[in-house]
Amino acid sequence: MKNKTGRLQWAWGALPVILFVVVWEIVGRFNLFPGQFFFPPFSAVMKEFYDLTANGILGKNFLSSLTRVLIGLFGGSIAGVFVGVIMGWKHMVNKALSPIITLLYPIPALGWLPLLMLWIGINEMLPITIIFICSFFPVVYNTTTGIKNVDKSYIYAAETLGASNIMILFKVIIPLALPNIFTGLRLEAGMSWRVLIAAEMVAIPTGIGALMIQAESLVRVDIIMVCLIVLSVMCLLFEKIFALAEKHMVGRWSSHA
Amino acid sequence: MPEIRLVNVSKHICSELNITIRNNEIFVIIGPTGSGKTTILNIIAGVTDYKGKVYIDEQCVDGVSPGKRNVGYLFQGLALFPHLTVFENIAFGLRAKGMKEGAIKERVLSLMEMMRIKHLSARYPHMLSGGEKKRVALARSLAPSPQILLLDEPTSSLDHQTAKYLRGEMIDLLRKLRITTVYVTHDLREAEEIADRIALISHGKIEQISTPKDLFFNPQNESVSQFVGMPNIIECTQSRILTSGLVEVVSDEMRMILPYDGGNIKKIAIPPEDIYISDVKPPGPALNRFMGKVEEITRYNSAVRVKLSTGNKTLLAELPIAAFDEMNIEEGKEVHVMIKLRRLRYVES
Repeated sequence: MKNKTGRLQWAWGALPVILFVVVWEIVGRFNLFPGQFFFPPFSAVMKEFYDLTANGILGKNFLSSLTRVLIGLFGGSIAGVFVGVIMGWKHMVNKALSPIITLLYPIPALGWLPLLMLWIGINEMLPITIIFICSFFPVVYNTTTGIKNVDKSYIYAAETLGASNIMILFKVIIPLALPNIFTGLRLEAGMSWRVLIAAEMVAIPTGIGALMIQAESLVRVDIIMVCLIVLSVMCLLFEKIFALAEKHMVGRWSSHA
Repeated sequence: MPEIRLVNVSKHICSELNITIRNNEIFVIIGPTGSGKTTILNIIAGVTDYKGKVYIDEQCVDGVSPGKRNVGYLFQGLALFPHLTVFENIAFGLRAKGMKEGAIKERVLSLMEMMRIKHLSARYPHMLSGGEKKRVALARSLAPSPQILLLDEPTSSLDHQTAKYLRGEMIDLLRKLRITTVYVTHDLREAEEIADRIALISHGKIEQISTPKDLFFNPQNESVSQFVGMPNIIECTQSRILTSGLVEVVSDEMRMILPYDGGNIKKIAIPPEDIYISDVKPPGPALNRFMGKVEEITRYNSAVRVKLSTGNKTLLAELPIAAFDEMNIEEGKEVHVMIKLRRLRYVES
């Protein structure tokens, strides 16, 4: 019974996607959209996807983008969690760093681009730094909030049981702040791809974003669409990976996870 | 096990408190919500700052961290670590002390056995019932073998039956462990049942510290008398010792048999919860039973209070709503009144 309901729900969710693809195919194939070159059918996009994969162009550019995202996101998240934990744990550090973080956090990651182009130059470090910034501030914010929001009674309980400050931090506070920390990580996992594409489109000659800009100059709408599909899948996939990691680490004990 | 002494201690609502809690006694702090009961426990545990001095076994512990005071604390909200299993929660204090894995396992298993929660070992707190959570929290606070146990309303938020059962178990456990215990509650009956001595606190001030019996029959001021609020106090005209353990007391036309352990009886006090009423004649011997007329019925959230007249006396009975609704009782009706034998209290002259 439960399986049947699950299958029905899955089918209900898949139906709009199938309809979307069918309408896309029909509109593209029968030139229902003004200017056929600007709206290829779904099948043509899939064929281009195959061609780009087969000749290695997509793979090469994808790999460049993936490497940048992984390094930037990993670095930004680790640094963000580290700074966030210290800010949440030590009131004086929070007091000292909070004004700087509050000032820098609202700046959109791409807003740093002109400045970083001058400081770093147009090389591999540019998109990595942008993604680092994009991940760092929200992760700091969410981690600090998570650490500060840990109920004091857990800390009192650990204290009366004789735990040292380090034990309280690593065995009580950080585990209890994990749901908040993961919220920051999950959001930034998808966001880092969006920022990367924008950075590559503006300044970097390789990567999915650069491929899109080259396709645009050649009026290759099919290639642009392939890139958008890749981008969409990667955003979803990265968010899903963090959601799964959260479920694995928090789901067992949190009735809300 | 140590003596605890608070000298001129102040914090929040509590001001200039002076309390001495003796070795091995179960010291109950009772008082209305917001009177400062939990603050006293926090001060003894050292999880809050305070003015004044706290001594444990004549050693001043001001500035000593909570972990070094050797105190087990059952928090009102329990504060069970939600990310740790029952086993890991209980083992937490032992790991903090750097105990070896084998010894930790042995100690945790023996505590789980004692609290009858061995089957819950691998569960997380959100998978437990209210009563199970309390047992786990108690086991966790006892695990590092504290010399003082602080219990903050350990039976609150449990249903009546579970609370009663857990209370009974806890009394047995505390007597067996012979551990200095400070027990906070706002339930007068619970305090009476469990305490060696009771401290009544109101607006952060200690109103009276005495044995339960003294608190009921010799309230030191109006505030205590109001809190204890025993409305059924009956003057005795004569008493007759039946056996070494039973006495018959007479108050006008009422005759009652009471448990007896010496002295002359002048007054008896009956808590409203210990007066049962029934619309039909109950089975069993006609001991401590009378006929009474229902004068007034007042419904509260969890109970119904019934004012009864029997002869020239007025008694107040309190019944659970469910029990009251099962009967056909209304104002003006004659009902059977029963007084629970073991709950009667008396004042010696």
